[in-house]
Amino acid sequence: MELKTKVNAESGKQEITITREFDLPLALLFKAYEDATLLEQWMGTKVIKLENKNHGSWRFETSDASGKVAFSANGVIHEFSPGKRIIRTFEMENAPFGVQLEFLDFEKLTDNTSRLVVHSIYQSVAQRDQLLKLPFAQGINMAHNRLQTIVGNLIE
Amino acid sequence: MNLRRDVFQAIADPTRRAILLLVASQTMTAGAIASNFDTARPTVSKHLQILTECQLLQQQQNGREIYYHINAQKMKEVADFIEPFRQMWDDRFNKLEAIMKNYKPE
Repeated sequence: MELKTKVNAESGKQEITITREFDLPLALLFKAYEDATLLEQWMGTKVIKLENKNHGSWRFETSDASGKVAFSANGVIHEFSPGKRIIRTFEMENAPFGVQLEFLDFEKLTDNTSRLVVHSIYQSVAQRDQLLKLPFAQGINMAHNRLQTIVGNLIE
Repeated sequence: MNLRRDVFQAIADPTRRAILLLVASQTMTAGAIASNFDTARPTVSKHLQILTECQLLQQQQNGREIYYHINAQKMKEVADFIEPFRQMWDDRFNKLEAIMKNYKPE
C-alpha cells in the first residue's frame, strides 16, 4: 500500500521533507492551517497566538493531563500567501533543538485533492537527527531511559 | 488475517516494553519472565509470542527449558527513528483530513 505521508530525511543532510496528499480541496487543507480552532483540533495543541500575515508571529502550548505545560513552541511567519504558501520559523521552547526554517507549499491536485509539502531546514545535521528521534523517545515512555540506554549501547 | 507484526507494534505495549527491558540484561526462561509480572501467565506467554514473531526476542532450547534472549539486530530497527516520526505526522494529517471532511463553514 502506498503511504499517504512520506518523509524524506537523507542521512548527513540538515533537512527533512514531509509530503502528504489529502482527499480534500486545496481551500479546506489551507483552512486547517489558517484557522486557530481547527489547528488546535488536529495538532492537539493550544494556539496562543497566530498572526497569519507577512512578518507575523505564532505560539503554541500543549498541556499534559494535569494541566501543566508540557510543550511550547513559537516562531515568526515570514510569508503568508493564502492557498499557496507559508514560510515560518519554528523553535521549541526550553529545548536544545535550535530554530528551524519551514517552507509549507500547498498545491491543488484535482478539485477534491491537494498536496502539502513541508520542507524543514535545521541549523545542523545533529539538530535535525535529535528532533527526528523525539517521537521514538515519547513512544517508549515507560522506563524509557533504560531502554534508550540499551538501544544506544546496541547502536554504538 | 494479516496482523501487523513489526517492531513498532511490539513496543507499543507497556508490558512488552518491560519484558524487553528484563531480557535485555540477561537470558531468561518464560517462567522467570512471568514471575516479574502480576499479569496472568498466559498473557505473558502471548506477549512473548508477539515479541518472538516480531523477532525482537529469540528462543533457545536448553535442555527442557526454553530461554529467551534479545535480538540485538532487530533492536536496531526500533532505533530507526524515521518511522515513528513519519507515523506521528501521518496520524496528525489523518486527523486533519477527518476534521476537514466534516467541516461546515459557518
